[in-house]
Amino acid sequence: MKKSAFLGTLTVAGLAAGMVSAATLDDVKARGELNCGVSTGLTGFSLPDANGVWSGFDVAICRAVAAAVLGDATKVKFVPTTGQTRFTALASGEVDMLARNSTWTFSRDTDLKLDFVGVNYYDGQGFMVRKDLGVTSAKELEGATICIQTGTTTELNLADWFKTNNLNYTPVAIETNAEGEQQYAAGACDAYTTDASGLASTRASFADPENHIILPEIISKEPLGPAVRHGDNQWADIVRWTLNALIAAEEYGVTSANMEELAANSPNPEVKRLLGAEGDLGVMTGLDKDWAKRAIGVAGNYGEIFAATIGEATPIGLARGLNAQWTQGGLLYAPPFR
Amino acid sequence: MSDTHAQTVPFVRDTMLPQANPPTTEAGAVRWMRENLLSGPLNVILTLLAIAAIYWVVQGMLPWLLASVWNAGSIAECRQIIADAGRESGACWAVIRERWPQFLFGFYPNHLYWRPVTALLLLFVALAPVLFSKAPRQLLWFSAIYPGLAFWLLWGGSVFVPVVALLGLALGWAAFHFGQRISPLAGVVAAILLPVLWWLFLAGPVAEDLGNLLPRSMPWWMEEVRSDKFGGFVLALTIGVSGIALSLPLGIVLALGRQSDMFLIKSLSVCFIEFIRGVPLITLLFTASLLLNYFLPPGTTFDIILRVIIMVTLFAAAYIAEVIRGGLAALPRGQYEAADALGLDYFRAQRLIILPQALKISIPGIVSTFIGMFKDTTLVVFVGLLDPLKGITDAVRASPDWKGIYWEPYIFVGAIFFIFNFSMSRYSMYLERKLKTDHR
Repeated sequence: MKKSAFLGTLTVAGLAAGMVSAATLDDVKARGELNCGVSTGLTGFSLPDANGVWSGFDVAICRAVAAAVLGDATKVKFVPTTGQTRFTALASGEVDMLARNSTWTFSRDTDLKLDFVGVNYYDGQGFMVRKDLGVTSAKELEGATICIQTGTTTELNLADWFKTNNLNYTPVAIETNAEGEQQYAAGACDAYTTDASGLASTRASFADPENHIILPEIISKEPLGPAVRHGDNQWADIVRWTLNALIAAEEYGVTSANMEELAANSPNPEVKRLLGAEGDLGVMTGLDKDWAKRAIGVAGNYGEIFAATIGEATPIGLARGLNAQWTQGGLLYAPPFR
Repeated sequence: MSDTHAQTVPFVRDTMLPQANPPTTEAGAVRWMRENLLSGPLNVILTLLAIAAIYWVVQGMLPWLLASVWNAGSIAECRQIIADAGRESGACWAVIRERWPQFLFGFYPNHLYWRPVTALLLLFVALAPVLFSKAPRQLLWFSAIYPGLAFWLLWGGSVFVPVVALLGLALGWAAFHFGQRISPLAGVVAAILLPVLWWLFLAGPVAEDLGNLLPRSMPWWMEEVRSDKFGGFVLALTIGVSGIALSLPLGIVLALGRQSDMFLIKSLSVCFIEFIRGVPLITLLFTASLLLNYFLPPGTTFDIILRVIIMVTLFAAAYIAEVIRGGLAALPRGQYEAADALGLDYFRAQRLIILPQALKISIPGIVSTFIGMFKDTTLVVFVGLLDPLKGITDAVRASPDWKGIYWEPYIFVGAIFFIFNFSMSRYSMYLERKLKTDHR
């Protein structure tokens, strides 16, 4: 009798726990802290400084969500995840969201039961070669040795692309980005291929960046974005619209500096709705009216974050390219705040 | 008397000749080289090859090491200084100079560095009576409370958490002591059951109540440091030392269990050992970090470092068990019979006769397992913990200032690992010499 009662209690507790876990928002609020899965260290995107304070482009998304939900951008526990553990960490509930430059693919979105809530960086796979190789297009890489990280989508893309273009190549398998740079710099391979954003920062880290060029061909689509678990639409909405708020803020010219002023007397009703001065959009997501204002207040809008972490003024020096607003010829297009 | 003698023998030396030096080819460096390096055609070839290899390594490394830069703010500055000095390439140790606290402490808060350092220093104090017979025996009491003290120093929080946990052990000991008077079996059962019950049901609330009773200040409370702040060698040593300390007793129990005549105990031990040895450590670590979360109710916070320590301990214990089984098997049958003939019961026989000899034989194997385990702690990088070799190195390398640095962090971390492992290895040799009782 006693035993069955004990087991029954356990079951109820388990069920209750299961129900609680469905509402990530409540969990995060109760915990007072957002668990955000990030990369263990990727220049410009997520890196801890000498004091263990995380910064970077992906990290900024986590901080914006924390500010929107908890009102404090520092209430984030960054969980470093590796390529192998990232999706399981999310699925098992160890992290509430993932901002770990992960490519949005069909099978990840469906089979792995993730929800990619948007794209914060449109990337693509490129090639870097030494200038004295005399190559100006990836199509001239016939017979080249190419350093490639094993077990990644880039490896498969490379094989596909060379097959499509009827070219031969010799792969040099490497384990990590750092090793790849080392091998390429030591001349173990003619070309180094990885995501174009990675190539740019790798090139910038060389002693002689002027002797290396990044070839114009981008051979794959790598839309990188934050992801949440399947099955909690409210939480997915919050992360999705926090990202959209950052993007829309740039489109409407809302910055961390002029935010307060625009909220008070912007002629654009959409800006007022975004900043919570009109309507109550935030309440519909389970937050309050000022959520977007807090998110933008952390490090500014998308453009400001981009410029501060990976933009042309930083050592990484990425151009906006595809990541410009749709009004500027890019792909960033936030749905209307209405 | 007569001078016959003088006439028959033209010359008699009446003083000893001074000792002459041996021929140059038979002494000193020349002899050593002739005997050790050039004793035959094959050895001559091998010597030449070795010299060529050493030369090749040195001529590659030496210019790089000679052009070391210690003061710079970034790798670009390093390169500039090296180029200004007219060198082609050089080591940029400035990264170690700037980031060494991170390699040693991870993200442990700066103002609390004294805590892991104190824990490490006290570790040596606690180890002294265990490792060296000359150390005062009273120190063993300190060794007994050291785990709780180290836990408190590393993680902080309320002092009652470790105190209450240690009380469980004391409870177990007392139960064993008094249970023995009723029957040996009752003693063992009580010694296992009581602490487990204590930890499961009473320890948590008691620690909490005591913690709330007293002010949140020293000596009752220290600033808490969460596990995600651990990294570098603080993490490696925490996992390594706990793993070593816990896996040895567990390994001994498993080895004895495998030798046992009792079917259930024997088969459980065999299953456990063979399962753990058949599975890679990474699999166990993944299980600890990811799979466990599916089984535990959501919201349960089961510390990741604790999970990893448990897995590493189980892993090392299985290997230790097999090493000790080797030692047990090497003992002549007569030793077991002698113990029986003296009328010793099982536990006394093991404690007084069998294990001291078996463990002595197993020392090299045990220490090898420990060294391997300590190095394996770097594998925790795969579950997202910042180990010194790759986790911290990657984090440092991700900073734009130091991106492109490659060998220096590896050499630095490798050197520290070498110091620890070499010390362990030397200690095991000392122990073997000390315990050597035969005349071989």
